[in-house]
Amino acid sequence: MTNAMEIYQMLPKTNCKKCGKTSCMAFAVALMARELTADDCPPLIEESKYKENYEKISGLFKTSEGATETGLIVHEDLCFGCGNCVVACPVNVANDPYGVGSGKAPSKTEKLILIIEDGIVKAQNVGECRRFGKNKILCNGCIVTCPVEAIEFV
Amino acid sequence: MEKDYYVCTGCGLLCDDIEVELEKNAVNKVYTACRVGVAHMKEGSRDSAFLVDGKPADEAAAIKEAALILKNAKNPLVFGLGTSTNEAQKLAIELAKKLSATLDDTSSFCLGPVVEALLQEKFKTCTLDDIRHKADVAIFWGADPSDSHPRHLSKFSYFPRGQEKQRGWEEERTAICVDIRKSHTAKICGNYFFQVPQGGDAEFIEALIAGLSGKIPKTSYNYPPKKLLELANILKGAKFGTIFVGLGLLYSLEDLGPLVRLLETLNEKAKGSFHLVPMVGHYNMRGFNENLFAETGYVNSVKFEEGAVKHGPEYSVVEALKAKAVDAALIIGSDPLSSLPRSIAKNLLEIPIITVDPCETLTSRKAKVAIRSGVSGVESGGSATRMDGVEVSFKPIVETNRPSDEEVLKKLMEAL
Repeated sequence: MTNAMEIYQMLPKTNCKKCGKTSCMAFAVALMARELTADDCPPLIEESKYKENYEKISGLFKTSEGATETGLIVHEDLCFGCGNCVVACPVNVANDPYGVGSGKAPSKTEKLILIIEDGIVKAQNVGECRRFGKNKILCNGCIVTCPVEAIEFV
Repeated sequence: MEKDYYVCTGCGLLCDDIEVELEKNAVNKVYTACRVGVAHMKEGSRDSAFLVDGKPADEAAAIKEAALILKNAKNPLVFGLGTSTNEAQKLAIELAKKLSATLDDTSSFCLGPVVEALLQEKFKTCTLDDIRHKADVAIFWGADPSDSHPRHLSKFSYFPRGQEKQRGWEEERTAICVDIRKSHTAKICGNYFFQVPQGGDAEFIEALIAGLSGKIPKTSYNYPPKKLLELANILKGAKFGTIFVGLGLLYSLEDLGPLVRLLETLNEKAKGSFHLVPMVGHYNMRGFNENLFAETGYVNSVKFEEGAVKHGPEYSVVEALKAKAVDAALIIGSDPLSSLPRSIAKNLLEIPIITVDPCETLTSRKAKVAIRSGVSGVESGGSATRMDGVEVSFKPIVETNRPSDEEVLKKLMEAL
């Protein structure tokens, strides 16, 4: 992933404050924190000389579109449905120990977070995820078990 | 959603917990199966096709033409069958006997030697269900199940909880990968990935045996002895270990000697027992090996001659084609023109070919008679043998007017 300095280099660097931030550097930091998007910088959109940079920056943050409430993203083009994450997810195991917890087909689909549909993992009920809610923790069960890095949290 | 499970015949794992949603006699949605399985299941329900010399013909004419080719041949070759049911394979063996044909499948240049050794009880083996319930150490050697059998780790060998392994993979299981490159499986194994140079497996095995016996492990490519001893220690502590043998390991060994010695040493030195399971790719290659073994005592590369059976490397598909010993070929569910080296495959073009295959392949395009059969496991039922030797029965998912391999072979038998 990129850093704020790299994004700053692609900005107009005029400190015009049109985005509401005090400087372009502050805007870059806000982009990194996902408080703002590239569309919040008017010169970047309006002036044709920044067109290429605008596309680059939008591309960098494209993955966050389609993320679930917990920030979980499934890269469908990478996933091949091995089901490692489905079987390893602690919530899945707790809710369906004799189904997915034992490597088999899910017996209670409605309670699971991850299921495999048409060969690709699908996230549902993300409110149950351990990274969500009051007692959230940085669980990474589904990330470390994925052989192709198809699951990401943003 | 109804809970009616189907069997996926996409690879040697034969997953038996697949849910399918149908729409207008076609597979619409597939649950639990991996991408390989989904692609395999959605392949079905095309029209039947019988081609003679590349032109559409009716079924009777195609069968008649095929029978004529086989009748006129002195030494026909029957090849393929890795993706046919046990029932079709048994029929093909009968057919080969009747024709005094050379019979072989892909295992002669694949995992045949390992399956043969298993059937001759040279190795201890176990089922994949045993592995799920008990195994604490799994070694993937020259195999990358994450790509070849996607659900291997999640359904059996690493992630699931079993009867004696209830606390999960983080605490109770160790996955080890020995390979020449950092494969997707190696990535999951993390620190337990042991990278060997190409062709270095035999030496690695000898060094490991030395390590297990308390000697300093040495290799010509200076593999760090500390790392080898670490591996030896993990294996020594295993209560139920399994080595999954892949093609990478088999191609690197001259014979199975080092592997036999490793298993013996492991069973002697380790806390528990060690087993071997071949990573069979085609869904019923092991079935063919077992069926032929039961009939003749050999797993592949045989020639039937007036009731007698001859066996040897010269009857394997590669050697038979190289020596131009066969004068017609019946190829069932395989595509040798694509998979064999060109220098050998080109000899196929000199003889009449009959193909029975659900797909249009390079071989079927060059065939004199091409019969497009139903996808077995999707459009026709039967039984097959999983990579660990367990027989799995399955029913068709969709209806079709395409004949199964079994029906085609039956009609060929009748026509002969």
